Amino acid sequence: MTDTLTSREDTHELLRFATAGSVDDGKSTLIGRLLFDSKALFDDQWDAVEAVSAGRGDEYTDLALLTDGLRSEREQGITIDVAYRYFSTPERKFIIADTPGHIQYTRNMVTGASTADLALILVDARKGLVEQSRRHAFLCSLLRVPHMVLCVNKMDLVDYDEAVFKKIENEFKAFATKLEVPDLTVIPISALKGDNVVNRSENMPWFQGPSLLHHLEKVHIASDRNLVDVRFPVQHVIRPHSNDNHDFRGYAGQVASGVMKPGDEVMVLPSGFTSRIASIETADGPLEEAFPPLSVTVRLEDELDVSRGDMLCRPGNQARVSQDIEAMVCWMDESRPLKLRGKYAIKHTTADVRAIVKDVQYQLDVNTLHRDEAATELKLNEIGRVTLRTTKPLLCDDYRRNRATGGFIIIDESDNRTVGAGIIV
Amino acid sequence: MSDYRISHIAALEAEAIFIFREVAATCQRPVLLFSGGKDSIVMLHLAQKAFAPAPIPFPVMHVDTGQNFAEVIEYRDRRVAETGVQLLVASVQDAIDRGMVTEPPDGTRNRIQTPVLLEAAEKYQFDALFGGARRDEEKARAKERVFSFRDDFGQWDPKNQRPELWNLYNGRVHPGEQIRVFPLSNWTELDVWRYIGAEDIPLPDVYFASEREVVDRGGMLYAVNEFIRPREGEEVFSEKIRYRTVGDATLTAGVRSDATTIDEIIDEVAATRITERGATRGDDKTSEAAMEDRKREGYF
Repeated sequence: MTDTLTSREDTHELLRFATAGSVDDGKSTLIGRLLFDSKALFDDQWDAVEAVSAGRGDEYTDLALLTDGLRSEREQGITIDVAYRYFSTPERKFIIADTPGHIQYTRNMVTGASTADLALILVDARKGLVEQSRRHAFLCSLLRVPHMVLCVNKMDLVDYDEAVFKKIENEFKAFATKLEVPDLTVIPISALKGDNVVNRSENMPWFQGPSLLHHLEKVHIASDRNLVDVRFPVQHVIRPHSNDNHDFRGYAGQVASGVMKPGDEVMVLPSGFTSRIASIETADGPLEEAFPPLSVTVRLEDELDVSRGDMLCRPGNQARVSQDIEAMVCWMDESRPLKLRGKYAIKHTTADVRAIVKDVQYQLDVNTLHRDEAATELKLNEIGRVTLRTTKPLLCDDYRRNRATGGFIIIDESDNRTVGAGIIV
Repeated sequence: MSDYRISHIAALEAEAIFIFREVAATCQRPVLLFSGGKDSIVMLHLAQKAFAPAPIPFPVMHVDTGQNFAEVIEYRDRRVAETGVQLLVASVQDAIDRGMVTEPPDGTRNRIQTPVLLEAAEKYQFDALFGGARRDEEKARAKERVFSFRDDFGQWDPKNQRPELWNLYNGRVHPGEQIRVFPLSNWTELDVWRYIGAEDIPLPDVYFASEREVVDRGGMLYAVNEFIRPREGEEVFSEKIRYRTVGDATLTAGVRSDATTIDEIIDEVAATRITERGATRGDDKTSEAAMEDRKREGYF
């Protein structure tokens, strides 16, 4: 047993978070502030931003310029696409998915939220909750982001008034009760001035909670993973065909959920054959156990016919095997809507199948949560519940139970574009 | 380990291995771009780990400007021999000789690598090209997908990228189109160094500090060698430097350093206040959007 894979000297935990807000809520400024105050910003990056800002005649150095990298973003002063940023503190390493707020780019927000441990939603203290704030909160709950932080930004522009903060906090909490938000924290901040971003603000003595960075460093994420249901989607079959490893046959993949150990009885889906785990291999040697998100190679005691797209699980705890899929779908394509009877390719875990839309049950208004049951299609950025019939069974779980085996993407086979995201319900 | 937590470096490795395997399982003809620079060295190491005990199931390709550090080419050939992987060389010099590209008057070959790369991709019909680019390197890269679609002209369209959700990467292309795949997308420079240290990966000597004869050009220190000759009026002096990146020898500058081991480099990188490309790459100083413009043309 070697443990180099899990006991490297550097034991920072990784936290991925997505930021969301509407136009001008100050997301980019907040990220610039986090990078700047945590000293993740380099001098040449700062000099470049300062020079551009001064050249434009800004009154203060515009931290948003740190993240807005594309030419058209700089020209229009907006954020177009998901930008990924990295910083670390002595406590954790952070990956930020900075997602744009405009309605036409909501698909990017869904993209950022799909892998996030935590969602950070910004609102402007002067404006309070707007349509976009509700939409983003709903999307984050739909995508089961385990932790949510509402930052009430620009508190400096409302004289750090507690009453303004409380009103927004209460309104948001009332809305959140209609959603599934397991963990919500609300923090009053000023990204521009730095209040409650890295350090507790002296301007808001009435706020007893943590600064944003302190919360990001401390929020407990280890329990968010599913360590109960063994799901191992087979990604690739490794057969060396060499003299040294003539009989080696291993199933490579990333553990989606659960804990696997040598000797465990496993069932292969969809065939239903059972065997035992002979060993769990890595290039560093065998492991005594494998758990998410480790990439390993599993060998079985019996010679079975197992290929990419199959799944290993436990005989007493199996994934659902079904060709009839009920899902909430977020449509992401501007050129063509999702249509009743439409045919698409689906990528789900490591499996590629085709599917037909049997029913569009309703389209959901994400602001009122009203269901429009007359809908027969979903346009760009619309969300609705659909029924799909797939050509081969999906080996799946409810997304609510398992993010790794409950999500899929929809691909238009004519141009290979990713046109939608689905969540199995 | 009883609480099933892993370090962020181990998590990044698991993600990169997943990406390598995904491409091998779904794309027809992948290739790994390998320059002998530290990021591509880490890539080759990860590719080996992803398929062990089987060999790496795709070739590696070096887009060779012909202006290389000699130690790096020696290293490249040694690693290729050790791993048994097939090496393809797309030669910029050859393309110049054929008249396919024209060498710019300043002698820099960075930009003319792009048509050479695209020609080789077409010749070998590669549909997936692994690159070692990281999102922390540059603002345009920060917005690029892990699986980045290129049209049949090799062009990147930043406003029309495929949404990328969960770990469900869409690598589907029509003939002539490509996916550029970046397994190190979420790594930072420090992560790369820490990984090199943890895995004990050998590197070419240019990455470690030694006394070199250098000239100062606009605050960047270039070692005098067969490609960098002192210009008139330039003072040649001796300085202890190492390289943070290794690209074309005419464009890559060194940084003052005393680091002769990986641990010392990690300490220096952790304390540095200048980005990697900002400190060492003449090619990125041109404009705020230099990288975006090159990527649109089909650059790595």
